[in-house]
Amino acid sequence: MTIRDHKSQQKHQTAWTEKAIQLVLFLCSALSLATTLGIVLVLLFETISFFQEVSFAAFFLDTEWTPLFSNKHFGIWPLFVGTAVVSMIAMLVAMPIGLLSAIYLSEYAGDGVRKVVKPILEILAGIPTVVYGYFALLFVTPLLQRLIPSLSGFNALSPGIVMGIMIIPMVSSLSEDAMYAVPKSLRDGAYALGSSQLQVAFRVVFPAAFSGISAACILAISRAIGETMVVAIAAGQQPRLTLSPFVPIETMTAYIVQVSLGDTPHGTIEYKTIFAVGMMLFIGTLILNLTSHWLRQRYREVYE
Amino acid sequence: MSRAASLTPQQREQLFFWQRGANRLFIVSACTALFVALATLVILVADILIDGLPRFSLDFLTHYPSRKPQQAGILSALVGTLYMITLTALLAFPLGVGAAIHLEEFAKKNRFSKIIEINIANLAGVPSIVYGLLGLELFVRRLHFDRSLLAGSMTMALLILPIIIMASREALRAVPRSIREGSYALGASRWQTVYHQVIPLALPGILTGTILALSRAIGEAAPLMMIGALTYVAFLPDSLFAPFTVLPIQIFNWVSRPQQAFSVNAAAGIIVLLVILISMNAVAISLRNKFQKKRNW
Repeated sequence: MTIRDHKSQQKHQTAWTEKAIQLVLFLCSALSLATTLGIVLVLLFETISFFQEVSFAAFFLDTEWTPLFSNKHFGIWPLFVGTAVVSMIAMLVAMPIGLLSAIYLSEYAGDGVRKVVKPILEILAGIPTVVYGYFALLFVTPLLQRLIPSLSGFNALSPGIVMGIMIIPMVSSLSEDAMYAVPKSLRDGAYALGSSQLQVAFRVVFPAAFSGISAACILAISRAIGETMVVAIAAGQQPRLTLSPFVPIETMTAYIVQVSLGDTPHGTIEYKTIFAVGMMLFIGTLILNLTSHWLRQRYREVYE
Repeated sequence: MSRAASLTPQQREQLFFWQRGANRLFIVSACTALFVALATLVILVADILIDGLPRFSLDFLTHYPSRKPQQAGILSALVGTLYMITLTALLAFPLGVGAAIHLEEFAKKNRFSKIIEINIANLAGVPSIVYGLLGLELFVRRLHFDRSLLAGSMTMALLILPIIIMASREALRAVPRSIREGSYALGASRWQTVYHQVIPLALPGILTGTILALSRAIGEAAPLMMIGALTYVAFLPDSLFAPFTVLPIQIFNWVSRPQQAFSVNAAAGIIVLLVILISMNAVAISLRNKFQKKRNW
């Protein structure tokens, strides 16, 4: 074998291994598609089987949710409303605090303050949710009960507030990034026209970054809807159709946890309910996530 | 805005007065908002330390859970968490980094890679409990792994994959083109370039992202509850197919009991959980700092 032959053989071998490696890498990234497909198929399969036993009308029009009792009702509304009430309270806490912090950090604070405060704020998002559940049930609820004596030991208010604190960094970090990305020339132009710092922040930067800011808020709502442990611990597990934040309720996620704690046999209607509820959860958060992604894409295209 | 120019000096003075007032009002409310957020963090940590520290002892770490709160410990949950996280890391790290390398270094920028990209961003936003439903149906029921360490770790690996992929891609993207071009110029193939030049440079960033993703997995309870990690385990898992529990589930179990003595245990358990998380984050941060200092391109 001449040196030349050997070299070409080596080259051939390298090309072959390169292809094999690329295939393996491709499979790794295709796994993410398989995961989505798996989630959709699993949910779809059990949900279809659920709706073969329970009619759409019984699911979407009934106002009682009692699949675990002998007198079974499958009206999803108590879970929808419970989820909505908790998420709304969370957003009422997270939006003002998160947005004020974001505007301040982006437009007012010096780099030193930003560098210190931002990571500390982000710690809030890194604390395990079960810890927030503990905090809601054993610290915030007793505290609120002193102010509102009629407040039940389990309620929507306390986990809502605590969840709001938890998602502050989602709102503030992403909005701050969006405002920071607004070009300096826009600010300079407004200053040249005689605007004050506050006017620049609220009438120039905030509108310019609006799609990024709404993307952040939508993502935070999606996170609040999907959040599980805080509500499973502190909101009680009583599905009831009410807008009152002072009584025990149940969210979609808390219901799924409640069933998983019992020993529900595979194939029963109780088992199928968690997939039907999971499907609603998945569709809801998917729509919110896609909207948020689309909005973020938009501001990126404009300024980057 | 330009109204100020056409005003009399007196009116202008008044306008500026109100503007300054509004500005101050904003600064005060923004600082209050920041203070509320940071104060909550301090109160939360203080509350847990006050509740849990008195219960904290070596016995607490080395005992199994018990019906008697004073004798209960978190040994099985602590060991379960360590096993689960090791297994999750072994599964998720190669898959996540592999996917990131494919997307960043090899994939053509076409429709398909765009779909994968949006898909990964979406997967990161899927509620963790939905991953639990996937794990329950796929790993526990269909593949018959039962309520095992393996089923739990695989579920967790799927959950943190998107985070690892996104962090790794960012680390790979930070490696400048010139390094790749230099390597090609010396005759290296694409994979040789990636393996010998790009990966070593991106590794600290990849590791930082992975550690942060794993610390997310350590704190998650919901998906593991779905696949049926037990709430009362008085033994250590001895194989991949053994039942297990983890710290957050043990804490949930203690919190949901009415007796006060158990909630004290929960607080002590939270301290253990937070100590683990803080040490992991410290490693991640020091890695990042080291990386930033060394980087001189």
